[in-house]
Amino acid sequence: MIFKPIYLFELAITFYFASMIVSVTEIFRGTKTISKLMISFAAIGFALHTSNMIARYISGGYLPIASLHEATAFFAWCIILIFFFLELRYQLGLLSSFVMPMVFALMLLSSVLPRSIKPLPPLLQSSWFGVHISLAFLGNAAFAMAFGVGIMYLIQEKHLKSKHLGGLFKRLPNIQVLDHLNYRLVSLGFSLLALAVITGALWAQSALGAYWRWDPKEVWSLITLLVYALILHVRLNSGWRGRKVAILSIIGFMVVLFTFLGVNFLLDSSHSFFREDIK
Amino acid sequence: MNLLVIGLNHKTADLEVRENIAFADDKLEPALKDLLSIEYIHEAIILSTCNRVEIYTNVDNQDRAEDAIKDFISRFHCIDRVALDRSLFVCKKDEAIQHIFRVASSLDSMVVGEPQILGQLKDAYEFALNRKKTGILLNKLLNKAISVAKRVRTETRIAENAVSISFAAVELARKIFDDLSTNTAMLLGAGEMAELAARHLISAGIKSMRVANRTYSRGLELAGQFCGTALRFEDFINEMEYVDIVICSTGASSYVLTKTQVKDVMKLRKNRPIFLIDISVPRNIDPLVNELDNVYLYDVDDLQGVIETNLEQRRAEAAKAEAIVKEEVAAFKSWMASLDAVPTVIALRERAEAVRQEELVKAFNKLGVVEARTEQVIKTLANNIVNKLLHPPTVSLRTEAADKDVLIELIRKIYRLDNDE
Repeated sequence: MIFKPIYLFELAITFYFASMIVSVTEIFRGTKTISKLMISFAAIGFALHTSNMIARYISGGYLPIASLHEATAFFAWCIILIFFFLELRYQLGLLSSFVMPMVFALMLLSSVLPRSIKPLPPLLQSSWFGVHISLAFLGNAAFAMAFGVGIMYLIQEKHLKSKHLGGLFKRLPNIQVLDHLNYRLVSLGFSLLALAVITGALWAQSALGAYWRWDPKEVWSLITLLVYALILHVRLNSGWRGRKVAILSIIGFMVVLFTFLGVNFLLDSSHSFFREDIK
Repeated sequence: MNLLVIGLNHKTADLEVRENIAFADDKLEPALKDLLSIEYIHEAIILSTCNRVEIYTNVDNQDRAEDAIKDFISRFHCIDRVALDRSLFVCKKDEAIQHIFRVASSLDSMVVGEPQILGQLKDAYEFALNRKKTGILLNKLLNKAISVAKRVRTETRIAENAVSISFAAVELARKIFDDLSTNTAMLLGAGEMAELAARHLISAGIKSMRVANRTYSRGLELAGQFCGTALRFEDFINEMEYVDIVICSTGASSYVLTKTQVKDVMKLRKNRPIFLIDISVPRNIDPLVNELDNVYLYDVDDLQGVIETNLEQRRAEAAKAEAIVKEEVAAFKSWMASLDAVPTVIALRERAEAVRQEELVKAFNKLGVVEARTEQVIKTLANNIVNKLLHPPTVSLRTEAADKDVLIELIRKIYRLDNDE
């Protein structure tokens, strides 16, 4: 191997950082060159990040989503993945300015967590492991995206309602597409997280003999699911749209963050990755 | 070789004069021919639009040419010279370069940043070019003007925003709805501005247009114009469940649409966003309607405010554009200077002198020690050869000739005077 995994991570985070700086610059001065530069940096960062994951997979023998360091980075990786899909399909102005800071923050958090590759505990040595965790983080990434899109919606709606059309008005996309995307992302995230909970339950049944054990992570995942079920409900049945749903999806993401990080740092859970990561 | 611009535009002449002086398409060719038959004029382009008539020329004697061109305009359009002179402006040298760059970049337009002028300028140039009425100076200048305009367009946001009420409405609709071709609009009442807004929405690709007018026959007539459908005025409130954009201009003295009504409509619409444009004075839609979620109400003042913001942005962008123009004028000036005979003669002489010195040193190195007389003879020989070879081009360059610019360009090219070796 030419690069040690550690360098791949540093390089990836460097490119994400560059991409974030460029994407924030875009808020003040948007040109095609700037967006291309941002996309290129993000793509290079993503490639390096993926290589890092492969390298860790080869040396550890399991999907690199077991330690908190790996999981946080994987969360960021999923966000970028969804971001690239959206970028290809919709090309929303300024989306990156709201996404890249999130990605970088997660990577930064990941970078300060212990990175050692340890043997996987016997409990986690199961084919459910990869499926369960990937689904959960892809779901979380969709919620993160819905959060970003929700903020964009609120800013753009504020412009339209207040009739002050300076600022980001010209470069932010129309509110209809933002609202539509919010719905799609929340639905996607909800389905993925629901599947993650189901696979988790099946896994727990086969490994521990019980579907549900009221572990804090399980409880908070259920709360997250309920919050998003509520968002989908009010949208589909009560005709809520736009601003209210955007605010709800921002609140929803706060719950997601707590379920992911809060539970691990504050509560005692069997879902705590490698226990010694957290002190 | 001197650049001379004579013309009139919306700043110097009122519409009546501009109309009289405009060159109709079929008159352009004889006009250009007429112009170039004047002996001081070597190249000419005529730009004639509804806001400006301008003649760009390359002339020998500026004062005489100016007089001759003014005479030509007066003769061609049968207008009294004295009256004409008052409306005409004249730009020379740097000012002329700057003027043409500013016109191309739409900095001189009535609505700064409007895009048509560049196309009109290109057409005028191509017309003259195809009839061989332009030469080295105007070709270079106009090509440069076009590229300056493109640079202004890409580097500044001068042409980005709507500056009329009806366009501002379309611009807003595009920020509320994702794809206007899936949206339906309704025109409530009629009025010049409202109809214009409806027309702009149609050209922006709106799916269909409904017209509700108090006079049903008038509504039918308008609907016919818009390829839309008419409905009775009393029915408009029921229709609001299905339309996404409402342009309201009824001339009623009180509100025709209240907050409670719109609230009910929004329930039926399941909160799908609706864009209400109230162009009536006094207002026809209760301003409180804007407080409802997913309802976007803009009245005339709001739209005026949008335009003001846009105009402000344009003005800020125009300042950037002026800086670009200034920079490009300086670059063009230095190119023009290179066309001047004197620096070319000097450059030619310097080049020859360098060759002479170099070859003399080589020769003396080979010969070793020579007698003073031999040295003198060799030096004179080298001198004479250089002088005699340079004499004819120098004389040609110093003579005033019609095609001097071509000659200078040619000499600079064949002696590679612009390349540093």
